[in-house]
Amino acid sequence: MFKNSNSVQNRRKLLQFIMFGFFKMSAAINGIALLIIFYFLVSRGWRAITWTFLTQPPIDSMTRGGILPCIVGTVCLSLGAIIVAIPIGVASAIYLNEYAFQGRILRIIRLGISNLAGVPSIVFGLFGLAFFVVYLKMGVSILAGALTLGVLTLPVIIGTTEEALRAVPKTYREASLGLGATKWQTIYRVVLPAALPGILTGGILGLSRAAGETAPIMFTAAVFFTPSLPSSVFDEIMALPYHIYVLATAGTNIEATRHLQYGTALVLIVLVLGLNLMAIIYRARLQKQH
Amino acid sequence: MEKSLKIAIKELNFFYRDFKALTDVSLDVYAHEVTAFIGPSGCGKSTLLRCLNRMNDLISYIRIKGSIFLDDQNIYDPGMDVVSLRRRIGMVFQKPNPFPKSVFENVAYGLRVNGIKDKAYIAQQVETSLKAAALWDEVKDRIHESALGLSGGQQQRLCIARAMAVQPDVLLMDEPCSALDPIATQKIEELIHKLKKTYTIIIVTHNMQQAARVSDITAFFYLGKLIETDETDAIFTRPKLKQTEDYITGRFG
Amino acid sequence: MATSSHSGKSRYRTEKIIRITFFCISLASIATLALITIFLFMEGLPIFKEVSVKDFVFGQYWYPTDEPPDFGIFSLIVGSLSVTVVSSLISIPLGVLTALYLAETASAGIRQWVKPIVELMAALPSVVIGFFGMVLIAPFLQEVFGVATGLNLFNASLMLAFMSIPTICSISEDAIFSVPTELKEASLALGATHWETIARVILPASLSGITTAIILGMSRAIGETMVVLMVAGGAAIVPISLFDPVRPMPASIAAEMAEAPFRGDHYHALFATAVVLFLFTLLFNLAADYISHKYKQVGASTL
Repeated sequence: MFKNSNSVQNRRKLLQFIMFGFFKMSAAINGIALLIIFYFLVSRGWRAITWTFLTQPPIDSMTRGGILPCIVGTVCLSLGAIIVAIPIGVASAIYLNEYAFQGRILRIIRLGISNLAGVPSIVFGLFGLAFFVVYLKMGVSILAGALTLGVLTLPVIIGTTEEALRAVPKTYREASLGLGATKWQTIYRVVLPAALPGILTGGILGLSRAAGETAPIMFTAAVFFTPSLPSSVFDEIMALPYHIYVLATAGTNIEATRHLQYGTALVLIVLVLGLNLMAIIYRARLQKQH
Repeated sequence: MEKSLKIAIKELNFFYRDFKALTDVSLDVYAHEVTAFIGPSGCGKSTLLRCLNRMNDLISYIRIKGSIFLDDQNIYDPGMDVVSLRRRIGMVFQKPNPFPKSVFENVAYGLRVNGIKDKAYIAQQVETSLKAAALWDEVKDRIHESALGLSGGQQQRLCIARAMAVQPDVLLMDEPCSALDPIATQKIEELIHKLKKTYTIIIVTHNMQQAARVSDITAFFYLGKLIETDETDAIFTRPKLKQTEDYITGRFG
Repeated sequence: MATSSHSGKSRYRTEKIIRITFFCISLASIATLALITIFLFMEGLPIFKEVSVKDFVFGQYWYPTDEPPDFGIFSLIVGSLSVTVVSSLISIPLGVLTALYLAETASAGIRQWVKPIVELMAALPSVVIGFFGMVLIAPFLQEVFGVATGLNLFNASLMLAFMSIPTICSISEDAIFSVPTELKEASLALGATHWETIARVILPASLSGITTAIILGMSRAIGETMVVLMVAGGAAIVPISLFDPVRPMPASIAAEMAEAPFRGDHYHALFATAVVLFLFTLLFNLAADYISHKYKQVGASTL
């Protein structure tokens, strides 16, 4: 009744071997693609990285000089974004995870968050333009850009904070309530301190996400060129991602500034991936502790 | 000594969604006695214990009918202040659950959240509680180190000290030794014996020998009903009901 | 013991205020989503005084700066859909197979290295990927395939695939990983090979999660801006070949908004394009949400 002949068994094993080969190949393709991008940026970009490049503004219509204003701009924008997103995001996550009961309202709020996470970055850009820049009269400014990026990173912060809160053992909450602590005392004194490392990881991820975005700041904060560093949140600003785009597509001499483009791209990914790597390692260490 | 009534449970019914976890439970608990809840898994003994400090309120889909009186006050009255109720009824959990704070801060926690700021009073109260929990000598040199560095048995005694620091009337213990080794268990049991002079203690346990060793009164639960309750000696030597006898002699459960 | 510093009533009131405050803050996400919708429509709707909805959506010609201008975004929509479809032909197999590798066959040691790689892929800024496609892939395609421009539908799809693989992979992996071990063991115990178990038990059980992953991956691709802006070629035509340049909606918006006169017809038309794009992604996300809730993986009962 069962065809237990060797040929059938061998065929089944061969099929498995082939399929598992495909699995491994797919994973390898991803790794190789990432490596190629790294290799390409590092090999062509590292020569551009000099002290002058990192500490001077661009000169001669951005064909020479450095990228200091872009670095400053990106740091301002991404820090501004998480200053906006962390309080709102952490508070939202606290409500969702600690206070809300299962039900329609919770379902709607979650749907809102997941849809906000899915809004295209260019739509955030237009929204920022219409709402912050024009309607709230902030103009093209660090403030408008940081707020736009803040809204964009909000779902990231909510998601990672919720994960961190969920990882706090339920017994901590029960022990605290059992001692006559109020709910808020329990959250503030026990749950939040225990979840803090996880929340920080989320903050780092949010920071890196905000630093790498281009489309949302195109019409809200970033400009081709400003000779001076910003002096207030109402100033417009240069930013690394936008600078790459500008040099690569609209510069006065695209081919002549290639090395600057590679250099800027290298600085950006070192910044963004460095932050991510930090978060990944930090999280791995946290998981080992538990 | 005259027995005084501490907790009176009256006609308590408890539902998880449509599942009835407790049916018409009525039971009196007397001050300065140890009352043990025994019964097979899922019999409702832990659910009942968690009704006594309204810890079940944390779950959204439960319903409760009936009443529980603590010193003549119905704790399910709408006007009841749950937070101060929980201060008066301390709880020790199955697994030791110290906060990831220092030994000192764990014990001081209850005092701090209850609004006490007097440092000298807190320090003194921490010491008293740790001594009462027979833990002081073992931890006095590392009182500001993390509580997570203590052994399981020490952690559980720390949790008992933490519960005592806010000076409750009643201590609820939900299988406090289930995660501990025999030696640590013995220490906790000795402690329970000592503590009943000061507190009213209710202990849920899986372990019948433990119930026999530590309790004055034993209540046997089965499928959400209180089957039989009596003095512990009586329950274990001459139970009135066949069901109780079957469980105690190990014929089911 | 010293009594509590404040009475139960005032404490109750404080707690209530705190809870309500948190509730209000948690509405921020929905409020933002609502604001986005309102402002997109507010700035986009005026264009329909100039052209009908039908002409806007199905109009073949996008010459916004001509005199008189043409505002038909059909070729932009087709551009968006074509890069999304072609990119998902690459990203779905790669993403799902990598997820299977991570969740089923990779050793713990390798997993520990591959998972961060996928996370780093997700973190790469889109402008860097666009730049990479522009300066490395485009000349390569031009040379190898002898096409007129390396900035085309295929190049954009390749780069977009790279961007949506992490989304597809990590969500699929979660779904595969949460299939109960009992199911897997039951199949193995009946003499099925590991592959047969994956094909007949694990994949069907995690299908809803994988579908959600795919939809969200596609949603990421259709909304991605910098990549299509830099490598899609930018021609507002309906593509016939894989190597034709296209102009997806986000590229058009990003490229033209800076030059469109404030609150002129072109400006409104770009906002209206964003509305269409927003509706597409909203549809994708709602579909993903619907599937993941309707066909929730509940242990063994999904088989």
